[in-house]
Amino acid sequence: MTQINKVVHEMKSLEELKAIRDKMKNNVSLREESDDNIRVVVGMATCGIAAGARPVLNAFTEEVAKRNLHNVTVTQTGCIGICQYEPVVEVIDANGEKTTYVKMTADKVAKVVADHLVNGNVVSEYTIGNLK
Amino acid sequence: MFRSHVLVCGGTGCTSSGSQAIIDSLESEIKKNGLEEEVKVVKTGCFGLCALGPIMIVYPEGCFYSEVKAEDIPEIVSEHLLKGRIVKRLLYKETVQEDQVKSLNDTNFYAKQHRIALRNCGVINPENIDEYIGVDGYEALGKVLTEYTPEQVIQIIKDSGLRGRGGGGFPTGLKWSFAAANQADQKYVCCNADEGDPGAFMDRSVLEGDPHVVIEAMAIAGYAIGANQGYIYIRAEYPIAVKRLQIAIDQAREYGLLGKNIFNSGFDFDLELRLGAGAFVCGEETALMTSIEGHRGEPRPRPPFPAVKGLFGKPTVLNNVETYANIPRIILNGAEWFSSIGTEKSKGTKVFALGGKIKNTGLVEVPMGTTLREVVEEIGGGIPNGKKFKAAQTGGPSGGCIPESHFDVAIDYDNLIAIGSMMGSGGLIVMDEDTCMVDIAKFFLEFTVDESCGKCTPCRVGTKRLYEMLDKITRGQATLEDLDRMEALCYYIKQNSLCGLGQTAPNPVLSTLKYFRDEYIAHVVDKKCPAGVCKHLMQVVILEDKCKGCTLCARTCPVGAIEGTVKNPHVVNQDKCIKCGACIEKCKFGAIVKR
Repeated sequence: MTQINKVVHEMKSLEELKAIRDKMKNNVSLREESDDNIRVVVGMATCGIAAGARPVLNAFTEEVAKRNLHNVTVTQTGCIGICQYEPVVEVIDANGEKTTYVKMTADKVAKVVADHLVNGNVVSEYTIGNLK
Repeated sequence: MFRSHVLVCGGTGCTSSGSQAIIDSLESEIKKNGLEEEVKVVKTGCFGLCALGPIMIVYPEGCFYSEVKAEDIPEIVSEHLLKGRIVKRLLYKETVQEDQVKSLNDTNFYAKQHRIALRNCGVINPENIDEYIGVDGYEALGKVLTEYTPEQVIQIIKDSGLRGRGGGGFPTGLKWSFAAANQADQKYVCCNADEGDPGAFMDRSVLEGDPHVVIEAMAIAGYAIGANQGYIYIRAEYPIAVKRLQIAIDQAREYGLLGKNIFNSGFDFDLELRLGAGAFVCGEETALMTSIEGHRGEPRPRPPFPAVKGLFGKPTVLNNVETYANIPRIILNGAEWFSSIGTEKSKGTKVFALGGKIKNTGLVEVPMGTTLREVVEEIGGGIPNGKKFKAAQTGGPSGGCIPESHFDVAIDYDNLIAIGSMMGSGGLIVMDEDTCMVDIAKFFLEFTVDESCGKCTPCRVGTKRLYEMLDKITRGQATLEDLDRMEALCYYIKQNSLCGLGQTAPNPVLSTLKYFRDEYIAHVVDKKCPAGVCKHLMQVVILEDKCKGCTLCARTCPVGAIEGTVKNPHVVNQDKCIKCGACIEKCKFGAIVKR
């Protein structure tokens, strides 16, 4: 369990309270259900895990938290059926549009988060349609 | 950063059905799978659906697993948490819809609820102040101390229309303004957490699931009336709540949210716990304060009211747990927001502890004005085993029974009093056709006889006599004149008792007499108990034409009261029979009946 650094002195201002709240908000917001979510679904069946899906999943979680993206849910799913392209990541936009990224690595995650999740531009070079 | 949060209920209900073992097993399985950096286990307060405990919710998916056993944990961890495959067989079946998993908020149990007092219960870890701050905790206190004068705070509470949730329904803002107006060198803020009604557990769940909300609200009350010391009077029978409150108080002190010069405003406030020893009368405000002072918990006449002369003879505000749980939200969202919920004279929501003959035993919070039918049939899931609804009891030993004819009454303080019951603290016990109303009245009277403190005669002697009269009726020895005398005694006790305990003790008798007089008459005139509960008025008999002589009943009977030989009809020896009904359940031919 991560513990927020304990304040050594007693808090005397609303700013100090807000600082803790903002840190925790990220943490607790995971437990709210909202509709306008972008969902990032990482394939985590045996094939996905073997191909390295875990670091990809964790990289997404960290990037999303770092950028305070409250409208993004990172979750995992089973085998999609294209094991040779794992790790597979699907991004489902608020309007239900699905983009499938294949052969993902932790290094590619930052670009997907910045371009696609934040700015809405699909990173087509990583998508399944771009496979040779 | 965790990608998934697993929330496990650590309330009293789920703890008693084994949630601690589940948490232990979860933690070890998560470790075994190397997920400890990715998945966080959070022990929360009550979710409300106690009937389906132990309960567990997995986020971000929001999957609601119910009746989870420790053996199921390895599967949940390896399938759901590791591979993302939801374990459907363990989901709360109302959330499973064809291929999709429905959101919990769309299920019947939660859809009609509106959670204000319970908003953080089952969402945050009650033993971690940071999580409370993460859901806007202590912001209301900060706002009050830095932006409002005490008069403004009282005005907001007045405008909100909040009324005391302990049962009396007195306007909270008005109470605060009385205490604020009295000048004194010392004032006190007290919290009544001595929840004693049989079947009521609302306050316990708030304290277990969200203890900081009460602490924050009491500090706000202290600022509003000019008090710097508070006491929470909590019954010792709530060990989990006591433990979490103490942790919360310690954490708040560490952060300087209790203590000297809070938020640099010059306002000091501190809190202490006082444990009650299980006397029901200590839930009465004057008895409660007498008990905090270290004396025997007995009430005293009012006036003077606590706002004038309360704890240690000083002006005191005493509110119930649920009342306090509403305060921070009212400060943050405004009086107008709160008063837009509920009915004309009863604003906001009310938490009910659903119990008795109902499918979804548990905790629900609904806007005032919701009908009893919605609470029982839609949220509560109706009566199990296809039985018929007969009555609902609200207000515990001080309340009354509401018959089906008033099923569509909108629940609020005034409507319930108009139909002879009361809101009470929020216990709601549902009864079906197998319940004998005379027996229920007798049950509650037995409770008040036990709990009467004995200080005043009308209550001490009156309730005892009332109980004896009810006992006579259930034995079939009463006359119709006895019914009239009993009713007269009820009014006498109500008018002459010293405190609320005695003044309301006859309510269960009066309301059942009002709505179920025919049942009383059946006991008195026909010497019959229509529901088949009162043992003195019924016999267990074997129907000769249906009995095959299988001897199963004779072997089942715990007292050897059934006689007969193989393949010949058996007979019940009425002198020995204790009317337990075990033979009736066992008989395969329906040959044994109660008469």
